[in-house]
Amino acid sequence: MDFDLSEEQRLLRESLDRLIGDRYDFEQRKAYGRSPEGWSRELWAQYAELGLLGLPFAESYGGSAGGPVETMIAMEAFGRALALEPYLATVVLGGGLLRHGGNREQCADLIPKIADGSLILAFAHTERHSRYDLHHIETRAVRDGAGWVIEGDKGVVLHGDTADKVIVTARVSGGTRDRNGVGLFIVDAKAAGLSRRGYPTQDGLRAAEISLAQVRVGPEAVLGEPGAALPLVERIADEAIAALCAEAVGAMAVMHEMTVDYLKTRRQFGREIGSFQILQHRAVDMLIALEQARSMAMFATIMAAENDATERRNAVDAAKVQIGRSGKFIGQQAVQLHGGIGMTIEYKVGHYFKRVTMIDTTFGDADYHLRELARRGRSPAAA
Amino acid sequence: MDLRFTPEELAFRDEVRTFFQDNLPESTRIKLHEGRRLAKEDIITWQRILNKKGWAVANWPVEWGGTGWTPVQQYIFQEELQLTPAPQPLGFGVTMVGPVIIAFGSEEQKKRHLPAIANLDVWWCQGFSEPGAGSDLASLRTAAKREGGHYIVNGQKTWTTLAQHADWIFCLVRTDPQAKKQEGISFLLIDMKTPGITVRPIITIEGGHEVNEVFFDDVKVPAENLVGEENKGWDYAKYLLGRERTGIARVGLSKERIRRIRELAAMERAGDKPLIEDERFCEKLAAVEVELKALEMTQLRVVAAERHRTDNKPDPASSILKIKGSEIQQATTELLLEVVGPYAMPYQSERDDDERWNEPPIGPEWAGPIAPTYFNWRKTTIYGGTNEIQKNIIAKAILGL
Repeated sequence: MDFDLSEEQRLLRESLDRLIGDRYDFEQRKAYGRSPEGWSRELWAQYAELGLLGLPFAESYGGSAGGPVETMIAMEAFGRALALEPYLATVVLGGGLLRHGGNREQCADLIPKIADGSLILAFAHTERHSRYDLHHIETRAVRDGAGWVIEGDKGVVLHGDTADKVIVTARVSGGTRDRNGVGLFIVDAKAAGLSRRGYPTQDGLRAAEISLAQVRVGPEAVLGEPGAALPLVERIADEAIAALCAEAVGAMAVMHEMTVDYLKTRRQFGREIGSFQILQHRAVDMLIALEQARSMAMFATIMAAENDATERRNAVDAAKVQIGRSGKFIGQQAVQLHGGIGMTIEYKVGHYFKRVTMIDTTFGDADYHLRELARRGRSPAAA
Repeated sequence: MDLRFTPEELAFRDEVRTFFQDNLPESTRIKLHEGRRLAKEDIITWQRILNKKGWAVANWPVEWGGTGWTPVQQYIFQEELQLTPAPQPLGFGVTMVGPVIIAFGSEEQKKRHLPAIANLDVWWCQGFSEPGAGSDLASLRTAAKREGGHYIVNGQKTWTTLAQHADWIFCLVRTDPQAKKQEGISFLLIDMKTPGITVRPIITIEGGHEVNEVFFDDVKVPAENLVGEENKGWDYAKYLLGRERTGIARVGLSKERIRRIRELAAMERAGDKPLIEDERFCEKLAAVEVELKALEMTQLRVVAAERHRTDNKPDPASSILKIKGSEIQQATTELLLEVVGPYAMPYQSERDDDERWNEPPIGPEWAGPIAPTYFNWRKTTIYGGTNEIQKNIIAKAILGL
C-alpha cells in the first residue's frame, strides 16, 4: 500500500504546476473566458504538446498509456487553475467512451486527433427529465437500412457548443427507464438535423442544449453494442466522477489556502481576524473537510479502474457524496470568512465556490449518490 | 499509488486474523461485540496470550519485546484487534508510560517496569488531569516536594481511568512552583499501594464505574521513581500524547459497530419491513459509512507516510484522525440507539458490584448495553484533549493561525 507518485507522475505534476503558474492566473483566465469559444485554443495546443491530451490513451494511438492516477494529477491541477478547457468533455468522457467502447477503426481514426488537439468531443447524455439517472433516456435511435436515425433532445452538454463530434446516448429499444436498449452514437456536430444552442455556465465554462431532429448516421457511428451500452456509460460516468473529484479537491485546496491567508492578513478590532478562535475552528473544519475529500478522491481514482461494477459504483458513489459535502462546506465557508470581498465577482474565491457547486450537480449530487448507496444496502465500508 | 495491501501484507493480515480467531476467549469476543464491559481478568488474560506470542507490545523497540513491524503491519494489527473484536493491549502501559520509560527512563526503570507492562503483571493508570487542570493541563497543582531520597506528593488527580484496578500510576506533578507553568512539572511513577493514596469512584452518566478520583496525602515516593530529569515532565507528556497518531481514529472499531448495526437492524422491524430496509435509516447509515471510508483512507495516508517521516512533525492528515474518529464512533452509538427503539429505555446495570448482573434481560437480550454505550461514548470527544483543544492545536501547528 502506498500513496506515493512515481517519478514520471511527479514530473507530470511539476510540469502542470509550471504551466498553470505561467498561464493561468486569474486575469489570464478572465481573458480566456471572454474569447468566443470560452476557452483557450492556444493553451489546448500546449496541453497537446505536453502530452496531456493523450494521457490515458495507448501509445499506438499517440497517447502515453497513463492510468487513472495521471488523470487525477491533471484534473487536480485544472481544479487549482479553474481551467476552462474541454478536458473532461474531450479526454475523459469522449476519449473514455472510445477507449472502452470503440472498435479498432474508431479508435485509430479519432484518438490520435484527441491526443494532438485537433478534435473536441462532447458527451450528450443528460435530458430534461433524466436528472442524474444514467438509464433514463427518451432520445430514440431507429434502424434505417445499415444506419440509424436519431431523434431527441439533450441538455447541459458540457462543451457541446464547440465540440466537433458529439457522442449521443439514444434508446434503440424498450421504455424510457429500461436498463436494456441503450445505444451510443458518434454524431458529427455539423450533421443535418443537429442543432445546438451554446451558453455559458454558472462557473464560467460552456455548455449546450442539443436537438437531434431525424439525424441520420451510418453504421460506423455506432459505439459499442447498440442496446447494451449502459454498462459502458456507467463506467465512463464513474471515471468522470473520479476525475471531477480530483478537480474539486484542487479547487477546495485553493479556497482553503486563500481563506487561511486572508485570516492572517485581514485586521479588525486591532488584530488579525485569524486570532479569533471561532474563525480558527472554522478553518480547521475546512481542513478536515478537505482532507476527507482528498482521501476519497484518491479512493475513487483507484476504484474507477475496478472491473466489478458494483464495487466500483459503491466507491464512486461514496466519493461523490464526500466531495459534494466537503465542497459545499468549504465553498460556503470560504466566501463567509472572506466577508464582503468574497461576494465580489472581481475576487477569485467566489469562482472556486461556483465551480465546486456545479461539480456537485454533474453526474449526481451528494444526496443522489447517498440514496444510491443506501438503496444498494451496502457500501465499501461494509465490504 | 496503490491502495491495496501487498501479498505479504495480506498474508500477515491472515496470520494475525487466524491467531486472534484461534486464541481469543469466545466470552471476551462476545462481550465486546455486544458492547458489554470487560472484567479486569478478561483484559489480563488476553494481554498474556498476546505477550506469549510476542505481540503485546508490538510498537516497542525489538530489544524491549517489540515486533519490528512496519507501520502498515502495525496498522493491520490494530485494525484486526478492533475488527475481531479483541481487547487492545492496555494503553496506559503499552502506548503511554512504556514508551516514555523507553525514551527517557533509567536502565533500572526499564528492567523493572517494561516486562511487567508487557505481561500486564502491573496495571498502570494515568494521573494527568486534575479538578482545576483539564484542557489547561499545564496548570496542574499536585505537588511533589523533594525531601532527601523521596518526593512527598500532595494533591488530587481526577478522571483516572480504571484506577480501581491499578497497581501503579504515572503522574505529572509540580516540582517547581516558582517556574513558568510548563517548566515546573515532573513525570513521576507511583506505587498505588503507598500509604496516603485514596481512590474514589466517579460514576459516569450511564451508571458505570470507569473513572476515579485519586487523592495524594503526604505520599512518600522514592526519588528513583522520577522519569528522566526533574522539571522536564511536560516534554515527556507531549512526547506521550504525540506518539499515538493513528490508533486514535479506531476505524476498525467503528467498522465492527457498523457490522453490529446492520446485524441488529436486519432483526428489528420498522412497520412492515426490517429496519435495515427503511430508506431514511439506510441513508443515515450510508452517510456514516462514507465518512468512515474517508477516515480509513486518511488514516492509511498517514500510515503510508510514516516511512518518509524524518522529523517529528505530525502529518497534516493525522490531525483530523482524533476529531473525525471520535465523531464517527459517537455516530455509530447513536445509530445503535435508534436501532433498539423503545427497548433503549430499561436500565439494566452491568456494574461488577451490582447484584442485578445475573438477572434475565428485559426486552431483546442485546438491548441492555446500547443506551449506556451511547451515553458513555460522549467521552470520546472530551478525553485525550477535547476536540475543541485539538482544533486549537491544528489551527496553531498546521494552519499557523
